[in-house]
Amino acid sequence: MNPPLLVVENVGKSYPGVRALDGVSFALARGEVLAVCGENGAGKSTLMKIIAGVVVPDAGRLELDGVFVRPANPAEAMALGISLIHQELSLAENLTVLENLFLGRELTIFGPLGLLNTTAMAEQAGKILTRVGLAKSLLHVRVGSLSPGQKQLVEIGRALGRDTRILIMDEPTSSLTQTETERLYEVIGGLKASGISVLYISHRLAEIRACADRVIVLRDGRFSGELAKEDITHENLIRLMVGRDLTQYFPHTRGAPSVAKPTLVVDELEFAGGRAAVSFQVRRGEVLGMAGLIGSGRTETAEAVFGIRGIRGGRIQLEGMPMSVRKPSDAVKAGLVLVPEDRRHHGLILEASVGSNLSLANLDRLSRSSWIGAGRERLFHRSAIDALAIKTPSAWQVVGALSGGNQQKVVFAKWLERAPKVLILDEPTRGVDVGAKAEIYSLIDKLCARGTAVWMITSDLEELLGLSDRVVVMHEGRLSAPLERADFSEEAVMSLAVGGKS
Amino acid sequence: MIRLAGVLILLVTMYAALFLSNENALASSNLIDLANRQGFYGLLTLAAAVMILSGSIDLSVGSVVGLGAIVFGSLMKLGIPPYVALVLTVVLGMTIGLVQGLLVYGLKLQSFLVTLCGMFVFRGLARLITGGLGVGLQQVQNPDVHPEFRNSIETMRYFLVGIDSAEKLRFPAMLVVFIGLAAVFGLLLHKTRHGRCWYAIGYNEQAARYAGIPVGPYRVATFVVCSGLASFAGCLLLLSYGSANPDTAGQNMELEAITGAVLGGVSLRGGEGTIVGIALGAAVLPLLNKLVTFLGIPTEVIPIVVGLTLFFGAFIDEFIRRRSAGRTG
Repeated sequence: MNPPLLVVENVGKSYPGVRALDGVSFALARGEVLAVCGENGAGKSTLMKIIAGVVVPDAGRLELDGVFVRPANPAEAMALGISLIHQELSLAENLTVLENLFLGRELTIFGPLGLLNTTAMAEQAGKILTRVGLAKSLLHVRVGSLSPGQKQLVEIGRALGRDTRILIMDEPTSSLTQTETERLYEVIGGLKASGISVLYISHRLAEIRACADRVIVLRDGRFSGELAKEDITHENLIRLMVGRDLTQYFPHTRGAPSVAKPTLVVDELEFAGGRAAVSFQVRRGEVLGMAGLIGSGRTETAEAVFGIRGIRGGRIQLEGMPMSVRKPSDAVKAGLVLVPEDRRHHGLILEASVGSNLSLANLDRLSRSSWIGAGRERLFHRSAIDALAIKTPSAWQVVGALSGGNQQKVVFAKWLERAPKVLILDEPTRGVDVGAKAEIYSLIDKLCARGTAVWMITSDLEELLGLSDRVVVMHEGRLSAPLERADFSEEAVMSLAVGGKS
Repeated sequence: MIRLAGVLILLVTMYAALFLSNENALASSNLIDLANRQGFYGLLTLAAAVMILSGSIDLSVGSVVGLGAIVFGSLMKLGIPPYVALVLTVVLGMTIGLVQGLLVYGLKLQSFLVTLCGMFVFRGLARLITGGLGVGLQQVQNPDVHPEFRNSIETMRYFLVGIDSAEKLRFPAMLVVFIGLAAVFGLLLHKTRHGRCWYAIGYNEQAARYAGIPVGPYRVATFVVCSGLASFAGCLLLLSYGSANPDTAGQNMELEAITGAVLGGVSLRGGEGTIVGIALGAAVLPLLNKLVTFLGIPTEVIPIVVGLTLFFGAFIDEFIRRRSAGRTG
């Protein structure tokens, strides 16, 4: 076997109060795609940042091509051929693809004059675009007008332009559509073939299986294990990530949902931006799963029912009573709450504390004639944090500093105190690690057992079919007839999602 | 907390410098005058701070102060009793705030834009009302105008700005007024749900809306509060100086108010700031003015000093913020 390209030996990093990484070692072969997996907070990002020179380790060593290296900053790492692509892309949206590809290393002629050598740049850029599978016609298009998938590819192209040998990608598909994701796999395959090694952080099993040669798993800052391609299964991965078997990943302790009276009836609802009238029902104690492609109108439907989007026609009934929602506060008062898709902008005030986020949705309950009782509020914070086992040092902790899973638990916790009749979940486990996912699933199950009607919008098929009692599928704004559990299959859902008949 | 300590150290240093500069600085009349001005700026800073921490900005504060002073004087000249005139002026100010707030919220315009327009419009209105002339308490109290108002004006001057009938400054009444209002606003901001809502909207309006908070009414309310306070400050301005000129009354005060708020730790990004910080921040500018005078520095340099103080205050704040963010991230 060839000597490995990169050897990581006993690398460790501590932050005040946290041991982020503890003696992690692994090797990366030339042309290997190595997935790095682990719950949030397991140390994946720290490890990648160390390799990319963003973070300096306080123990251990790196060897590149058998030579000891110690990149002190990203520029040094890049000079060594190591490029990191962040989850949030760092392209200049106002510049063209070409300008972005050469940003900071523009080719010039006439030396000191520094005139841009556009011809040479365009020629090189054209080659790069071909390698990442983008049309050359995009060269002069502004990056801001590209889709997330195309941006991702431009970012990869930028790394290629710098003669990258090791490409690190941090959850590259989190904002990509299915087609874009597949395109990315092809590009990664091409990179691999040309001898570039890829380190790939991901949560998603399907993704890891599709493109990784091997996966290493981190847990609590330590190396937890590795799996060869043929051993990558859901069970194995979860066992390594969580450290225990998850026999009950999708618990179903609740009884059969009551068929008699639906809690929420949406009847011929038309709303701003909707393409068709939408009708469906959510029963007491059930999870109604709503599937569909991104952009099919699921989130918009939820926004309309929650009072964020203007309603143009149709009726909404809650427990048999007609309900009028003009703004979110109407919905909340009536007992209908939303865990929004965009947690960072809509679900939470990231800069504020856990406590104030919890309080925000419950100010009416915490205050008597507008006065907030400090004691009552403290008690509420404690019980909310305990009830969902939110991992936070205290209620004073800034919520943005928590892991994605714990952030999402805060969003749940702030609503659960109100004992909602209807809980609308929009992509409830996006960006949430496996451990917290399992907790959220069991929480949803418990809420149903208590009689809450749950309307869950999700793009995660596994979650949809594992958790739902019935599934409806949206295609271009139109809703399919509900599928019952007996009829559940990935094929049926996907076929409805792309407009076929079940 | 660090922010508060910073502005506190700044104030202590400046007071020390003031006392060491000149023995006359310790004279009670001087300290009363300083405290009185700090109270006045406190009102304006409070107005600006409520706007900023809830995520808007009001550039019309100075013009509304000017308009308030002119309207208050003109109403009295028209024969409206001083107490009624005061109330009417404040109500007018709140109406101005309501209109600006509805424009911002209802038409989804930016507060910067709407209040920038307001800044010109209200300044112009003040000029229009008097035809460009100033108004003064003396004109009102003239024997052939409304001599019967003399008593109520004197009482008002004594209790609101601390000046007695012999034109002598007796006590920092404006500071007392400010402390009273600051106490009310402190409770409002830190102990009631309304304050929570303002902060939440300032941090992240969308998240507040998704949490079921009626964002619109809360937004509009800040405009009403801000312009109401500004027009009240206009009345105090007239009472304290005895006269007001529509061109200059309240000029630049919107920026001074914003400066005070920022020095006191109110983040221009919204969502941050405490009542104690606001009060301390408000104390800086009047003290700085005083200090420059007592050190014998030409008053022309005051704007430079203000600018640099604000810059370094904000710079140090940002620096500390980045360092602490770096530690947790």
